[in-house]
Amino acid sequence: MVNKMAQILCRDVALGYEGKAVIQHLNFEVNQGDYLCIVGENGSGKSTLMKALLKLKAPMSGEIRMGDGLEADGIGYLPQQTVVQKDFPASVQEIVRSGCLGRFGWRPFYGRKEKEAAAEQMEKLGITRLAGRCYRELSGGQQQRVLLARAMCATRYMLLLDEPVAGLDPVAVQEMYELLEELNRKEKITIIMVSHDLHAAVAYADHILHISEEPLFFGTKEDYLKSGIGKAYLSATGGGRIV
Amino acid sequence: MFEMLGTYFSYPFVRYAMLVGVLIALSSSLLGVSLVLKRFSFIGDGLSHVAFGAMAVATVLDVGNDTAVVLPVTIGSAILLLRTGQNAKLKGDAVIAMISVGALACGYLFLNLFSKSANLTGDVCSTLFGSTAILTLSITDVWLCIFMSVLVMILFTIFYHRIFAVTFDETFAQATGMNVKRYDLLIAVVTASVIVLAMKLAGSLLISALIIFPALSAMRIFKNFFGVVVMSAVLSVICAASGILCSILASTPVGATVVCMDILAFVLCSLAGMCMKR
Repeated sequence: MVNKMAQILCRDVALGYEGKAVIQHLNFEVNQGDYLCIVGENGSGKSTLMKALLKLKAPMSGEIRMGDGLEADGIGYLPQQTVVQKDFPASVQEIVRSGCLGRFGWRPFYGRKEKEAAAEQMEKLGITRLAGRCYRELSGGQQQRVLLARAMCATRYMLLLDEPVAGLDPVAVQEMYELLEELNRKEKITIIMVSHDLHAAVAYADHILHISEEPLFFGTKEDYLKSGIGKAYLSATGGGRIV
Repeated sequence: MFEMLGTYFSYPFVRYAMLVGVLIALSSSLLGVSLVLKRFSFIGDGLSHVAFGAMAVATVLDVGNDTAVVLPVTIGSAILLLRTGQNAKLKGDAVIAMISVGALACGYLFLNLFSKSANLTGDVCSTLFGSTAILTLSITDVWLCIFMSVLVMILFTIFYHRIFAVTFDETFAQATGMNVKRYDLLIAVVTASVIVLAMKLAGSLLISALIIFPALSAMRIFKNFFGVVVMSAVLSVICAASGILCSILASTPVGATVVCMDILAFVLCSLAGMCMKR
């Protein structure tokens, strides 16, 4: 074990609903600057794990420890799109700024600091010129950038993404992955991503957590590619993308 | 026409009706934006039926001040509805339908069995559709209305950004450390109170119209949250004021006239929205 304290440390965690475990004996750690991809089939507990990391759900047993001054509200979260958002009248600027609310205290309105932070993130993600546009009229890729900018307003350390490329066209998927890679490399932001897309996971992430009722694998990408489970899974899914 | 209006407005009860009507319309439209976007429109409808049931019981028991009974019962049901929506053994919309129809039936049955009033049908009709209730407001009712409306406006302004966040994306808001349940509770309690107040204006069957129409109309035209909120408040006030004026001049039922104005505004906004798209 390394001396430095991990950002997230999961020890023998079991998660589930109403006393029935979806996943158990989960052990892994995430350090500053890691790019972790959580893969597994539907119903394998990926979303449940995500909720637990966000402290929206308590583990049934074991412990999830946050280190390095990282609190649950210091995590930037990119959720899957909901039905409500499909026809929500909101401008890009309104949405991005709402990312600042978490560390806002009891003040009712945004101050200069929040507005500047939002403007900075929009600039970084290249959506400044969309600021006044209506969210529901944007393309899928642009919408994801908006939500990403909002998540970045909420954090300086870590992004947690739930299927960030679901429903995007191939070009937008590529752009999204490149954007995340850049944030990870340049800004040293830790990235944890839940994904179906195993091939992209292997291409971009440096650590893989493969779960299915039991944790099947946790380690670096290189080890995953050599492992039996990694080989079997990758060849079984062929070259195509799994959606 | 202006002379006639002048005569009417020299009566204090007409002025009260106007003031209260506009305030109620304003606060219900503010809430409406959030309720419509959260897919909670039916909660408003369900609660208004509960309020009818409670009103019936209050009438039968001959309680001096109806609001004292109706308000707590409706707020209680609002909290109950939200709770059941979350842990879904019975699905949300089914629970709402169940409670609202149940309250309606029980209320009517109660009135029929125990009412001492000679004009039962008239009583029921006025509770359901509002009619003259707004012209018979006591000064206490007027102050209560002013107090509640101002409270709703203050709460809405203070929590404006948080209401936006919770409405747009509950999961994200929760993940950034906001207590989402608390805001849902706030919205439910305020909705219940507004509904109880609005019963006097529109009656319990028509209240939902005051809540949802302005928001829906504003959404045809504006594409950002702030614009929708402001537009729906303005629309609602205009519709309420013109509706009340019309009903005075043409002696039509107040609630129904106001709702018709809201429908008219919705049609106009839809047309304008369609034109803007082209």
